Amino acid sequence: MSRLPTRVLGLLLVLGTLGVVPLAADARDDARRQVEFGIEVAQRGLWREAIYRWERAVSIDPTYAAAHNNLAIAYEQDGDLDKAREAYERAMALEPGDVFITQNYELFREINDRTNRENIQ
Amino acid sequence: MTAPIARIFSSLAVVAVTTACGGSYYEIPLETPIRPKLDTSGFERILVAGFIAGGTEDVDGNVETTRLLRSQLRSQSDMRVIDSDVLPLVEVANETRVASDSTAEGEDQSMPAAILEDEDLVPYEHLFADAEYWKQIGEEYQQPLIVTGTVMFAPQERSGIIQNDREVYDSFGRRSVVPVRTYMERTGFVLKPRFVFIDGRTGAVLYSENFREEVLYNANQTSPALSAYFELMDRLLPSFLSTLSTQTIKGTRVLLQ
Repeated sequence: MSRLPTRVLGLLLVLGTLGVVPLAADARDDARRQVEFGIEVAQRGLWREAIYRWERAVSIDPTYAAAHNNLAIAYEQDGDLDKAREAYERAMALEPGDVFITQNYELFREINDRTNRENIQ
Repeated sequence: MTAPIARIFSSLAVVAVTTACGGSYYEIPLETPIRPKLDTSGFERILVAGFIAGGTEDVDGNVETTRLLRSQLRSQSDMRVIDSDVLPLVEVANETRVASDSTAEGEDQSMPAAILEDEDLVPYEHLFADAEYWKQIGEEYQQPLIVTGTVMFAPQERSGIIQNDREVYDSFGRRSVVPVRTYMERTGFVLKPRFVFIDGRTGAVLYSENFREEVLYNANQTSPALSAYFELMDRLLPSFLSTLSTQTIKGTRVLLQ
C-alpha cells in the first residue's frame, strides 16, 4: 500500500520533467528565432527592429547570453550606454568565459570610460 | 522506471550540448553616438576667449590653443565661432586682482612672475569665477557660450627601466622576439589643459573639464615643442568636442547567435 503513492508521485515527477524540458527547449528555439531575425535586420542597419527582436528574445529566455550581448551592441549603436553596460554585464554573468562577449565588453568600456572621464565642477 | 529516467537524462544532455555548442557569430560595424556633455541649445555663437597659459616659453599656449579650438569648432560644431582678438587673460587677471585688493582687504596672494608650475595657476583662478567680467564679455559678443581656462604645457624628463621587444635569430636563422629591459633617460612634454565653459548671458561657469596628456621621447630623438603640443592636443580634441556636440565613435562588435 505504501509503495503505490510513491510510484504515482514518481510517475508524476517524470511526466512533469518531460514536459518542462521540451518547454525550455521551445523557449530557447523561439528566442533563437528572434535573435536570428535581429541579426538579419541589424546587418541591414535596421537597429530599432533589432532592439525589438533582441528585447523579445531576452524576455522569452532571460538566460540567453547571446541575446543580451546583441542587445548591448544595439544599445551602444543607439547611444544608450547605461543600458548597454547592463546588458553586457548580464551576458558576461551568464557566459563568463565567452571570448566574444568579453571582447565586445572591453571595447565598450573604452568608449564608456572616455565619456565618463569628465570632471564636472 | 529506469527507461523514463534515462530519457530525462538524454533530453537534458541534448539541451546541455546544444547550449554548449553555441551558434554562429557575425562581425558588424558600429557607430556609437556620444551625446554632448553640455546642453548648448541656448547658444548660437561660441567665443573661445583665451587661456591662462604657462609651462614653457617655446609655445604660446594661449594663442595656439585659442587658434586650434576655433578652427576645430568651425568644422565640428553647429555653433557660429566668433573671430576676435585673443584675450590677454593673464593681464586681465592681474588687473582684476589689483582692483579687488584695493577695494577689499583680503589675503595677500601675490601673482607669480612667470607661470611655470601648476601652483602658479592658482592665483589666476579667481578670474573664472568673476561673473561680472564674463557677463561684460558676453554682452560685447552678443551673449555667446564662452570657452576659456588654463593651459599648462611643460617639458618633462623621466628615467627608468623600459621594456622593448627585440628580434633575435638563432644559429639556424630562426627569428624570435624577446623582451629586453633597458635603463633609459627620456624627455618629452606634458599638457594639462582645463577648459572652462561660461554662459555669456550670466557670466556663470556652466562646466569645466581637466585633461592630462604626455609624450616621452628617447634621448636620441628630438621633437620641437610646438609639434609635441599639437600631438598632445590632437589626442584630447575628440573629448573636448564631445562636450559641445554629438561625436560618433566607429568600431566593430561581434553579434552572436
